[in-house]
Amino acid sequence: MSDPSLHADVPPSLVEARDVRVSLQGTEILHGVSLRASAGEVVALMGGNGSGKSTFVRGIVGAVPIASGAIDLFGSPAAPLTRARLGYVPQRITAAGGVSATAIEVVTSGLLGARETAGRTGSRLRGLVPPHDARARARAALASMGVEDLAKRDVSRLSGGQQQRVLIARALVREPRLLILDEPMAGVDLQSQVAFAHTLGHLKEDGVGILVVLHELGALARHIDRAVVLEQGCVTYDGVPPKDLGVHALPGHDHEHPHTDPPVREGGSLGLEGP
Amino acid sequence: MNLLAEPLIQRMLIVGLLVGMAAPVMGTYLVQRRMALLGDGIGHVALAGVAAGWLAGAAFDLARQDALAIPGAVVFAIIGAVVIERMRSRGTAADIVMAILFYGGIASGVLLIGLAGGSNANLLGYLFGSISTVTWGDVWMSAGLAALILVVGLGLRAALFTVTHDQEFARSTGLPVDALNMVVAVLAAVTITVAMRVVGVLLVSALMIVPVAIAQLLTRSFARTMHVAMGLGAALTLTGIWITVFQDIQPGSLIVVIGVVVYVVVALITSLLKGSRR
Repeated sequence: MSDPSLHADVPPSLVEARDVRVSLQGTEILHGVSLRASAGEVVALMGGNGSGKSTFVRGIVGAVPIASGAIDLFGSPAAPLTRARLGYVPQRITAAGGVSATAIEVVTSGLLGARETAGRTGSRLRGLVPPHDARARARAALASMGVEDLAKRDVSRLSGGQQQRVLIARALVREPRLLILDEPMAGVDLQSQVAFAHTLGHLKEDGVGILVVLHELGALARHIDRAVVLEQGCVTYDGVPPKDLGVHALPGHDHEHPHTDPPVREGGSLGLEGP
Repeated sequence: MNLLAEPLIQRMLIVGLLVGMAAPVMGTYLVQRRMALLGDGIGHVALAGVAAGWLAGAAFDLARQDALAIPGAVVFAIIGAVVIERMRSRGTAADIVMAILFYGGIASGVLLIGLAGGSNANLLGYLFGSISTVTWGDVWMSAGLAALILVVGLGLRAALFTVTHDQEFARSTGLPVDALNMVVAVLAAVTITVAMRVVGVLLVSALMIVPVAIAQLLTRSFARTMHVAMGLGAALTLTGIWITVFQDIQPGSLIVVIGVVVYVVVALITSLLKGSRR
């Protein structure tokens, strides 16, 4: 399956996970999950609570160790230095620690770690200090999410949607070729959702691969190329997103609720623009 | 009469200044990680190290029986901090184990100092600080350790902020998260043993945390919180030590009480200002 000759006409994968198993505190959470995403492709990872979606993306970004299987990033086995062009937006529990921090400080922290520059030796040490143009790049990333005016605000005092935009800016400041987002729409106001859908469209056009954990396709629906559904740690569906069937027809959808989401019209407008 | 020309006062002020500046640097990282009370626990363990140093000093028949006390405290505090960090990073139910470690530390410390022939006065010196007995050797050791804390704590601020702010994100960037966590733990242990001389084991955490708590009321940025806390820490320690030159009071407790009073006053003023702006 991973033989490149079988994928002669398929663009090179940005992330390829093969038969990944992850155990947490002695319990196997993922039972051999495989997934692949290419440049310019938006893949939605869906499934009910406890299906292993978050654990899987945390495995890809190196936040939890994988027990067996393999993960390739940008064509090489995943390792700290391969994460130079990886942008990650963790599930937002809160964007604040015990000490207040400004939005620009949080976004600047995205410029640390592995960096893609000529000559790889020593880059792990260099990644301990921000680059000289860090502040300007952080400001630009905040501006790209439409929140540059929040640069000097304490992130813990921002609304859920504003905090999420700051965290997305922290991932975008790395100029990622692969962007991984864990439930970016949870607890986020509609305006921020629309703004993010807009950004996602641009990133996709620029060839960025995107893997996004979602509970609902929602505002992002028109950008999603493929949906992968996890159920109890196994992939149960991998194919076109079930736009025609409706979001709630997915096998991983494990509950019912009233449809309060505004309908996504053809062309994607949610009717929020305008005066 | 020039008090500043007195060597003892010079030594006290130099150590006070260094400790006052260095302690809040590590305090900021501990508060960021919501482990403000870690310093207390490591301080308890450090007391067992002091006692072990005493016993070793007695065994080797050293001229100054407490010559190995601070080195003993450094070793024990670092071991304690590393153990706690490993438990924390593995996510084990560390609460009860930490409690055992802390109580074991302070109880065995008190017990061993007694067995090594230490007096209650010696013990009180470690529990509440004994800055009036600092030698030039102590000053040099404190200066070296404080310089280490300042160089690493300030030099790696961006990386240490990233790791203490959002560990999961830090891992995704390829930062050496485990190594940086260990740096925080070990430097916190070193800070505690340096500060122990000034305020004692029981109040060591206060010197790390109270200036940060005051700075938090005044600023929104992480970097500025750290800088303001360093300034406040130095001002509090120097003020406390200077007063004890004229009044026979324990400097450690005085420094902490002044700090807490400043915190309450600043908290009242800032909340009044916020109220009047509404």
